[in-house]
Amino acid sequence: MTDRVSSFESLLREALAPVEPPAALALRLEGTLTSITEMAADELEAWELGAMRDPRNWARPAAAVVVGSAAAAGLVLLRARRRAQENPPDLLSARSAAERSLRDLSEQTRRLLARRGI
Amino acid sequence: MADRDSPKTKAQLDAEFADLYRAHLRDVYSYAYYRVGNHHDAEDLTEQTFLQAYRHFERAQRESRGRPLRPWLIRIAHNLAANLYRDRSRRPAAPIEDTSELTALHTTEQLVEGREELSRVLEGVRMLPDDRREALIMRFALGMDNREIARALGRSDGATKVLIHRAIKQLEEIVSESPPDPVRAGGHNSSTGTPGEGARDD
Repeated sequence: MTDRVSSFESLLREALAPVEPPAALALRLEGTLTSITEMAADELEAWELGAMRDPRNWARPAAAVVVGSAAAAGLVLLRARRRAQENPPDLLSARSAAERSLRDLSEQTRRLLARRGI
Repeated sequence: MADRDSPKTKAQLDAEFADLYRAHLRDVYSYAYYRVGNHHDAEDLTEQTFLQAYRHFERAQRESRGRPLRPWLIRIAHNLAANLYRDRSRRPAAPIEDTSELTALHTTEQLVEGREELSRVLEGVRMLPDDRREALIMRFALGMDNREIARALGRSDGATKVLIHRAIKQLEEIVSESPPDPVRAGGHNSSTGTPGEGARDD
């Protein structure tokens, strides 16, 4: 029984002998794989060079910094102007109010002293 | 940071893939040939298998954790062959049988020539269900062990062992039930419409 099985498996092994690929296939396949490998390497290299050396890739960050700085500076100026526009009237009015108060106070003091004959 | 490491890693991967290709070109081609039955489709299948393998090589290496990658390669070929059969089954103008010419201009044909018994074995292999046929191709044409075949077929080791056992048993029955056919020696197989095995008993 075992011999028969072994014999049949030997027969099967012989019938299903490995098949050598045609030389043309190996050449074609190696050529294809080589070109794909090289293409991938070129693309990778191009990407790296582009990222590291192409000034166009620097433009956006630089522009972002400039715009950001300008925006910040503009914001500071805008706030300063707003304060300048808002605060002086307040200060002036406060100063004038104080001046008015002092004038009123001195006027009232002078009237009081005049009434008492001083 | 990882991008700076890519060229070196890629070079290593390419070198390792080249080793894999050299080591298993014959395996993939043998599997493809016995699977699809003709050189033309076997060449296409082999080419597509390696192209797809190249695309996913890094991941396969990472996930294999040092285990042999041959089952993974054969699994790719297995899936591509299934796609080929599925696509062709949707196109009646190009039936699968038309491409089944395992014997045409083939080294095995030369081996089989004059060996009616071997031709009946090959014919029997073609008559097996797909999973049994594939398991036998992997075992006897590629010399894969049960574990490798299990990985290639996505089955457990135990299930694979049973599969192979049943495949051999069924094949033996097929071969024993098909006595030598003198008509086949005439060069045509009436059951499949394919060229005969070229048996020349005279």
